[in-house]
Amino acid sequence: MTANEVTPDPLRSTSSIGTSLLRRDGVEKVTGDATYAVEHPVTGPAGEPPLHAWLVTSTVARGRVVAVDPSEALAHPGVVSVIDHTSAPRLADTSDRELAILQDDAIDFRGQIVAVVLAETSEAAREGATLVAVEQEATEHRSAFDEDVETYAPESVNGGSETDTLDGEPDEALARALVTVDATYSTPHEHNNPMEPHAATALWDGERLTLHDSTQGPRPVRGTIGPLLGLEEEQVRVLAPYVGGGFGSKGLPHAPEAAVAMAAMTVPGRPVRLAVTRQQMFALTGYRTPTRSRVRFGAHPDGRLEALRHDTVSQSARVKEFAEQAAVPARVMYAAPHRATTHRLAELDVPVPSWMRAPGEMPGMFAHEVAMDELALHTGVDPVDLRVRNEPEVDPDTGNPWGNRRLVECLRRGAERFGWADRPVEPRATVDGEWWVGTGVAASTYPMLWMPGNVARVRSLEGGRYGVAIAATDIGTGARTVLTQIAADALGCPAEAIEMDMADSDLPFGSVAGGSSGTTSWGTAIVAAAQQFRADHGDSPDPGVETTAASGQYADMDGHALHSFGAVFCEARVHRYTGEVRVPRMLGVYSVGRVVNPRTARSQLLGGLVMGLSAALHEEGWRDPRTGHTVTQDLATYHVAAHADVQQLDAEWLDDVDEISTPMGSRGIGEIGIVGTAAAVANATWHATGVRVRGLPLTADHFLD
Amino acid sequence: MKELTYHRADDAASAVALVSGDPDARFLGGGTNLVDHLKLGVTRPGTLVDVSRLPLDEVTELPDGGLRIGTNVRNSDLAAHRAVRRGWPVVARALLAGASGQIRNQATTGGNLLQRTRCVYFQDVTTPCNKREPGSGCSAVGGYGRYNAILGASESCVTTHPSDLAVALAAVDATVVVLGPDGERRVPMGDFHRLPGDRPEQDTTLAHGELVTAVELPASAAARRSTYRKARDRASYAFALVSVAAGVELDDDGRVSDVRIAWGGVAHKPWRAEVAEAELRGRFVSEESVRAAAEAELAAAVTDEQTAYKVPMVRNLTALTLTSLVEGAAR
Repeated sequence: MTANEVTPDPLRSTSSIGTSLLRRDGVEKVTGDATYAVEHPVTGPAGEPPLHAWLVTSTVARGRVVAVDPSEALAHPGVVSVIDHTSAPRLADTSDRELAILQDDAIDFRGQIVAVVLAETSEAAREGATLVAVEQEATEHRSAFDEDVETYAPESVNGGSETDTLDGEPDEALARALVTVDATYSTPHEHNNPMEPHAATALWDGERLTLHDSTQGPRPVRGTIGPLLGLEEEQVRVLAPYVGGGFGSKGLPHAPEAAVAMAAMTVPGRPVRLAVTRQQMFALTGYRTPTRSRVRFGAHPDGRLEALRHDTVSQSARVKEFAEQAAVPARVMYAAPHRATTHRLAELDVPVPSWMRAPGEMPGMFAHEVAMDELALHTGVDPVDLRVRNEPEVDPDTGNPWGNRRLVECLRRGAERFGWADRPVEPRATVDGEWWVGTGVAASTYPMLWMPGNVARVRSLEGGRYGVAIAATDIGTGARTVLTQIAADALGCPAEAIEMDMADSDLPFGSVAGGSSGTTSWGTAIVAAAQQFRADHGDSPDPGVETTAASGQYADMDGHALHSFGAVFCEARVHRYTGEVRVPRMLGVYSVGRVVNPRTARSQLLGGLVMGLSAALHEEGWRDPRTGHTVTQDLATYHVAAHADVQQLDAEWLDDVDEISTPMGSRGIGEIGIVGTAAAVANATWHATGVRVRGLPLTADHFLD
Repeated sequence: MKELTYHRADDAASAVALVSGDPDARFLGGGTNLVDHLKLGVTRPGTLVDVSRLPLDEVTELPDGGLRIGTNVRNSDLAAHRAVRRGWPVVARALLAGASGQIRNQATTGGNLLQRTRCVYFQDVTTPCNKREPGSGCSAVGGYGRYNAILGASESCVTTHPSDLAVALAAVDATVVVLGPDGERRVPMGDFHRLPGDRPEQDTTLAHGELVTAVELPASAAARRSTYRKARDRASYAFALVSVAAGVELDDDGRVSDVRIAWGGVAHKPWRAEVAEAELRGRFVSEESVRAAAEAELAAAVTDEQTAYKVPMVRNLTALTLTSLVEGAAR
């Protein structure tokens, strides 16, 4: 059914929006009643209990599977079957080679799925997986992202942006600039690691595949898995009522979802559960590619930029291209008449990189904003003032007027609250006991993204209540709660009168919870459907009447540059004897449009700051170039920030209404908190010590005397 | 995981008899490391003999002023024990620098000493490792090396011992009490763990089936004036990049009459810095004198690009630790 497309009017009143409504699913989550992907009590038609699947993965980086010998595994009590490339169901569509597992003998990276074991218990499946004998033939591979790696230009980069841009004559302008910065900045492999691993329970009843999945998008999974298996989309039902975090890694289906669906097809009527291990997540569920960005600035002595270049190289997998758009934010941040940005990829025998919170912006703004700090040093202009001086009047990329750019206000408000004015100009100027102390600032930005095609259904229920349905899911952000508030204001009723029905692909289309687009896109559809519902059924509808509407494009995206902005201020302490870095306080000030729910918004922004702090200080996946294997494959060796690393942290936002982007006045907030944060920490460690570190993470060894 | 037999031991002697008579049997203490290994396939015993409930959980003050710590005293209880905090602060601080609150509540004294390296290759059964599978090769040589040893390593193994407690015990000259099939023996802490040589699969000098039943701490002035400092990749819940356990006694002129320095994160065993200690005896403690002494000890260090940082880090941390002890302001 195609729903009518409706372009909503702005919300006239906002009584629920703007309040800190408690999370609708908070009690279930904290009491353990929330059922995650492998916890749903799914049984077969005659009550058959689930089988448990375990993945067997390659141990060479490139080559082929010579033979899979399942005999020992099959002899183990409880093991039911072993599926390999000779026995797996044939897929209808093998064009996406990340998902087209077990279709041939090729090994394209270390950690690739080469067999799936099904057993009556999880323990038997795990033991069975160790007993499967996989003979592999290794061929020469290249997995090291080193300086001399060959690169190519992709056709476009993630998000559909242009690979390269050029305005004016940047090289000539750089050559004649009086002040220049020319430095290369690097970010390492980073791994999303949501608390709930990638997991699913699948049941094929001969007609329909039901997948209880841990995903950021039930509909996108349905739209991928159906054609993959040769099923109509409607034959696949994906449910994801609770998701234990995603951070982008659950935005697209990955190979484990294909594996559990295929396994279920081999045992009709029998549910199959698969939980990916933490170690397997380092190869099978996406990660942030390492990046190297060469940033060149040419400036006037007063700090105004005349030219900038941001040339970035990142890693892609031979099996499937992913182009991290790290140079894209440089296109909108600052004014400069001469500008160029480029993206190049190194195609390696590695697992497929994918989305990780603020792909592009996070590594790109690390480079860009540390380079700005270097320019501040070279020009003697205060880092806050330097950014203010380079504020562009219109979007440098498109020439469009800004929808709602308030970066300067974020910088000034943050500087005031943080006490920036008291900062010594010189680095290495403050000692407190065993610690060097310094402060740093960085700007952040994230585009307003709106996803087309969202559809919502509003139905009147008994007692003046309303059911509001959309297939989208809440991955822990609070989406269920803020959509309740939006629906309440759109219908002119209290939040308690709204029953949100979500996270089921049988419901009207909801786009992926990604790109900070969820509230924007789903909320706009809900407002459209609610307003149409009132138009169709009036203010006192009979129970049972309903309206389904698709949202038309609300924002004037062709006429305006729509982005969020922010400023992050940070104090860093660097130990004079060991070089260890601690961050006692950090403040982010943001302009993100109207905040729908201050409680969940604050949690999103603080979460982004924590993740940025974690990237700044700790996170680094180490791929062994000899084997293509990420050896730091658990949370004991891949460090993320511990509680003790997170000290005084605060986020605030400007009083803001974005009248262009959405009928709610809001923009997305899921990602901007991580953007610029690592640069602020790096700049603060420079100010503390005088040591400029241009690669993440900022580990102690960089600062040792 | 592989199916196994579980026995709960009634007393230490029968536990020893069960394990020493079965090459496929292992003792189970707090399980904070062994259970991980069972899941990862790092070890695949046929039988576990649970000794965690044996009544070896007392801390006893000895007539000579020393302390006897039962093997089943939990790390958190030991760290909080008044006598330990008064007489051996280095031990309490080392314990609190390790793991997390939950793990310290579970981990035992003997088990802490017997935990195994966290080398990424040791813990990954898909990669060669001489410690896990003798003769298979060492993946850490030429591989991920940030936590590798800089002292006493061999071609067959370059890993480090992960325990914080063991470093403190090495500094205070503790004795490990061990029960074997032929009765009890006492092992000085310095002889308990071993360097890898060509047998890296052997972490300690214990024979299969020997059970740690207690650790004894001798009293000393240096132990009373002692502390532990640890540098790590995050503020909590991380293994040492390097650590320093140190104690000092000064004579009436303020010169060093007794000094103990042990380092963690640098070797296959807690590294007692005897060269540095000898350099410092009879001298005044200052940043310069301690740095020079540490450098004398570190003359034997072998580093690469990934471990070079450990030399200045452990030297600086040793200087800070000892000078702060002498200032009486151990933090």
